[in-house]
Amino acid sequence: MTAPLALERQSDGWRLRLSGDWSLTALPSIEAQLQNLPALDGTLVCDWTQAQAPGISPAWALLRRLAETCGGLPALDVRHTGNPPHFLELLQKLHVDRHAAYSVQTPPTLERLVGKLGRWAVLQGRHGRGVIVFLGRIATVVGEALRRPQALRVSSITRHIYETGITAIPIVSLIAFLISVIVAYLGAQQLSRFGADIFVVDLVTIAVLREMGVLLTAIIVAGRSGSAFAAEIGVMQLNEETDALRAMGMNPVELLVVPRVLALVIVLPLLTVIADAMGLAGGGLLSLINLHIPLPQFTARMHEALSPTTFWAGLVKAPVFAILIAMVGTYRGMQVRDSARELGRLTTVAVVQSIFMVILADALFAVLFVQINF
Amino acid sequence: MLDPDFNPVIRVRGLHNRFGTQVVHDGLDMEVQQHEIFGVVGGSGTGKSVLLRSILGLQQPSSGSVELYGRDVQSMAAVDRSSLVQSYGVTFQNGALISSLTVAQNVQLPLREHYALSEKTLYELADLNLLMVGLSPDDGAKFPSQLSGGMIKRAALARALALEPKLLFLDEPTAGLDPISASAFDELLLYLHSELRLTVVMITHDLDTLFQTCSRVGVIVDGHMISDTLEGMLKNTHPWIQEYFHGPRARAAEKEAADKETHG
Repeated sequence: MTAPLALERQSDGWRLRLSGDWSLTALPSIEAQLQNLPALDGTLVCDWTQAQAPGISPAWALLRRLAETCGGLPALDVRHTGNPPHFLELLQKLHVDRHAAYSVQTPPTLERLVGKLGRWAVLQGRHGRGVIVFLGRIATVVGEALRRPQALRVSSITRHIYETGITAIPIVSLIAFLISVIVAYLGAQQLSRFGADIFVVDLVTIAVLREMGVLLTAIIVAGRSGSAFAAEIGVMQLNEETDALRAMGMNPVELLVVPRVLALVIVLPLLTVIADAMGLAGGGLLSLINLHIPLPQFTARMHEALSPTTFWAGLVKAPVFAILIAMVGTYRGMQVRDSARELGRLTTVAVVQSIFMVILADALFAVLFVQINF
Repeated sequence: MLDPDFNPVIRVRGLHNRFGTQVVHDGLDMEVQQHEIFGVVGGSGTGKSVLLRSILGLQQPSSGSVELYGRDVQSMAAVDRSSLVQSYGVTFQNGALISSLTVAQNVQLPLREHYALSEKTLYELADLNLLMVGLSPDDGAKFPSQLSGGMIKRAALARALALEPKLLFLDEPTAGLDPISASAFDELLLYLHSELRLTVVMITHDLDTLFQTCSRVGVIVDGHMISDTLEGMLKNTHPWIQEYFHGPRARAAEKEAADKETHG
């Protein structure tokens, strides 16, 4: 194969012979040769006679390179001979039109870093305000619903109760059952060394009712429904559906956010009760099989172990977790703007943040319950 | 390899497409010759986009054959298919620019995929394609969400041109544009068509675009295609075609096109 470029010195200037394949397919090799072209001045004749199937992109790369080699000065007089491609004229015209666009990123200086920090701080501030405004909007709608019950959108709430609650029952039950089996199993192994097998019942019932039932349910729901809320509302944002609602005089917070929040507030305690029951069942089953504690003995011990508040200490957290999950999901959904990537990013943020908030809230509850001896 | 000078460029024979009981195409024939701008029109739901998707191989037709450059699209080996895809450019109705990439990166996308080029050359080529469609190289740094409707259509065209295709498919290129942008797009298309010697297949409802740019028109009626020159279409007696080409909007567009020819 012949080299695509051959530069010759002639009496009246330079001659650049173009030969071989000059189509787009050959551009990578042409590009390498163009980089080796020395700085030129005077006149240059480009001979296209032997160039086969010349493509637009290689021709453009050639023109750009020739313009560069003479440092942008009109010191090089370029002419084209030998049946140059028909689009060369168009390219030359475009080349004159263009102005420097290929900018190099400047390295970060201290000034820029400080600026970045400042922008970040302002952004966080705005963000905090956004959350408070969002809370306020939800509170307004709920407040209004006291005067105007149709603001509650019962059909929408029902749909979300079904989607976030009823359809979550199998997975919540299964996970609560399995986790409590694991806890009981581990507990049994340790406690049987002291001959204190019966305390497995205390361990399982207190752990499930106070903490694990509600926490597991909340985490599963955050993964299932928090992401669904963010994605659903996010796509509506991208399709300008929320703008359409606003333009028709409807409030997206009332239509999209509040039903989801309320549905989750209703559903999460119910799911927690189911998870509690399944957890106790799992503990009971393992005690029966592994420790040979018969069921009547298990329930009797359970009654002794539990104080009247144990069950409520778990359940009371559920509505709070529900509000956190639903608000984070819908808020992130409402933040989606412009691109599919934003949708993915904010959906991820929604799930991660809601799980984090749930666990943080759980920790605060734990401290609080110890303080008030609940 | 494909023969770029093969004529007709596109040949569709006896195309049938049905979804459930609904028959969209009932033995549709279509031929597109080298270097023409072929407009596809038809009422809503007559399967214009389905036809385009069948030609592009994005959809398997119920029966019938589609040939591009004399090669059957469906029975093609994967290797040939890749070179076929590189031989045409497509713009979609809403631009279909990748929203997480800048305009320049969108234009570079097919180049990056198929050729090992340096960053510098890639940016130069992005500049070239943006300049060709009348955008400024500065627009390359913007994201699709920052562009106006007309600019999105142009950027989509720039991306379609990146691999130097000889064949362009445009799906509603002027839909949603204001009349000034739309007619600027028509002019751009005519300009590129003559400068780059393109063959263009265009789905359009814009009568102005149809009269300004198309050399031949294919109308989808009753699952078939009737194709003819614009003059021929105007004399056609099919009731739908009559209504389409002799409605008040069509008359205005026709008059405007005629005026342009005599004065321009």
